[in-house]
Amino acid sequence: MDLTRTLTATPALALHGVAKAFGGTPVLRGIDLDIREGEFLSLVGSSGCGKSTLLRIIAGLETQDRGTLEIAGRDVTDVDPSDRNLAMVFQSYALYPHMTVRENIATPLRMRRLPGAARLPLIGRLVPNQSDTRAGIDAAVREAAEVLQITPLLDRRPAQLSGGQRQRVALARALVRDPAAFLMDEPLSNLDAKLRAHMREELADLHARLGTTFVYVTHDQVEAMTMSNRIALMDAGEIAQLGTPSELYERPANLTVARFIGTPQMNVLPVEIAPGGTVMLFGRPTALAVRSAPGPATLGLRPEDLRLARTGWPAKVLRIEPHGADRYLTLELPGTGAGRLVLRQYAGAEVIPGDGQVHVDFAPERAHLFGADERRREVAQRAEQVA
Amino acid sequence: MARFVPHLVLALGACVMLLPFYCMGLTAIRAPSEIFDISLWPIPEDFSAGRNFAKVEERVPMGRFMLNGVIVCAGILIVQVATAVPAAYALAKLKFPGKALFLALVVGALCVPMQALALPLFVGLAKAQLLNTYFALMAPFFLSVFAIFLFRQSFRSYPDEIIEAARLDGFSEFDICWRLVLRGSLPSLSAFAIFSVVAHWNDLYWPMIVVRDTALAPPPLGMLYFSDAESGADYGALMAGATLVTAPMVLCFLLARRQFIAGITMTGVK
Repeated sequence: MDLTRTLTATPALALHGVAKAFGGTPVLRGIDLDIREGEFLSLVGSSGCGKSTLLRIIAGLETQDRGTLEIAGRDVTDVDPSDRNLAMVFQSYALYPHMTVRENIATPLRMRRLPGAARLPLIGRLVPNQSDTRAGIDAAVREAAEVLQITPLLDRRPAQLSGGQRQRVALARALVRDPAAFLMDEPLSNLDAKLRAHMREELADLHARLGTTFVYVTHDQVEAMTMSNRIALMDAGEIAQLGTPSELYERPANLTVARFIGTPQMNVLPVEIAPGGTVMLFGRPTALAVRSAPGPATLGLRPEDLRLARTGWPAKVLRIEPHGADRYLTLELPGTGAGRLVLRQYAGAEVIPGDGQVHVDFAPERAHLFGADERRREVAQRAEQVA
Repeated sequence: MARFVPHLVLALGACVMLLPFYCMGLTAIRAPSEIFDISLWPIPEDFSAGRNFAKVEERVPMGRFMLNGVIVCAGILIVQVATAVPAAYALAKLKFPGKALFLALVVGALCVPMQALALPLFVGLAKAQLLNTYFALMAPFFLSVFAIFLFRQSFRSYPDEIIEAARLDGFSEFDICWRLVLRGSLPSLSAFAIFSVVAHWNDLYWPMIVVRDTALAPPPLGMLYFSDAESGADYGALMAGATLVTAPMVLCFLLARRQFIAGITMTGVK
């Protein structure tokens, strides 16, 4: 076996069976996760799924009840947060309010490189032989400020900065210490939509430039989809699916993942699997077949995989929502008892008739099928239907 | 018009509050013959401030009393802050078993009046041969549950995420407590300092119990010696002494007024 390969294959962070309960309520139910060196991994999920707790356990701010945690092959289960060499960016940015931006960024380095006496206010300057260290810290602060373009703000205090500027200072404070990994807890959620989109790009750039491991917690699937190498989608204290953004989008492992990833949400319709495997929608056979026992199941259709057609299921258009290049149609399938569907199409598509009566069909090769246990079932297209 | 009514009411209230102090100042500059004059006219016919203050100076060591007051108040305040800040930080921000019980004990201790403890404290100090010392004047007040409670309320509002960021950056709990959290509660600190200094500067009860030596007497006890001694009915001199004793507190409050009010309103203590 190639030795270099084995070495580089050591994950940056490895979690084994990490479990945590708060007052008897399990929050994490045994998480196993390897985070690769240099990857941007997002922990995504709705609130209460345990993603923040997991990040805090990685940081050492919370102690797990069971399980172990390794950073670059070293077991850090009982190591203090400050000795794990991880940098964290918090939702509220958590800047030290009484320090200037420069002091804020310098703090992690001062705490590590200067002896206790040299860190004291006023008299700290009198401790001998620290000038090289101080010069090194100053240089590192300047460089971090340069990277995040906050050099003009160095002498201000956090209260004098806007949300976006605080965000940059928090990032600079994190990257100045050259950590083994960055941990980010919903860092963009306090920004307005425009700034958020901009910071998304910047974070992705920063990751590309630094090549450091990022672990990013968010409830916003757009953030996860746009920035991550891989996404771990969490649900009720477990990892529901771990994979690249396109894997999660194209092949969701279960209904939870399918519903969480993608806007607008995936449409779900109740179907029946007939004996023989044909998938029956509202009593009519579809082009899909599955090798599975007969019984109820769920059909998942992304809005872009629905289409208006001459044949298909009769539907009524309730609302047309223009989104520039695209538009979303909200449809109702009369007489089926199914919920509303959303169809996404090119904005210049055919005109909808005044009474809103249309027919809707779907691309069978893009359909997702979930069994009664909500897990994904592989579907095939029925040969006779394709012909 | 309606805007001025509240101010008018408050101004009347302030006059009522300030009247005794005004009378004190007035008496201090009047001659004995005018003392019982009902008039509040600020300029006395016979301006005797010099005589009254000189009498205070020659009869009692007012400077010594003031110095005692400073030593006692400073000693009490330093130990109170040194003990209350870590306790309040632990109660506000750390998780440990028995936290609720400790907090209940703190609140409970707020209800125990000083007088209830005076006898056992006196006996203890007597047995330890510590009566008639600065230590005896200060010791009962070293642990202030009021300070713990006040600081806890104020520390609770310090953002948890900053504390966590500090832990990741390598701050010790000691650093976090003193350099970050207390830093964010400076108004509470100055409010408490004023409460504490005023209370112990003006305290007569406890010094009267534990101190017999004039050289150790804080200002109010000194005043008592002064009036006992010989002044008898020399109210002019007595009020001159009282003015001297009160002045440092008034100055102290005026200097820290803004901080004091911020500290009180922030923590919701009335």
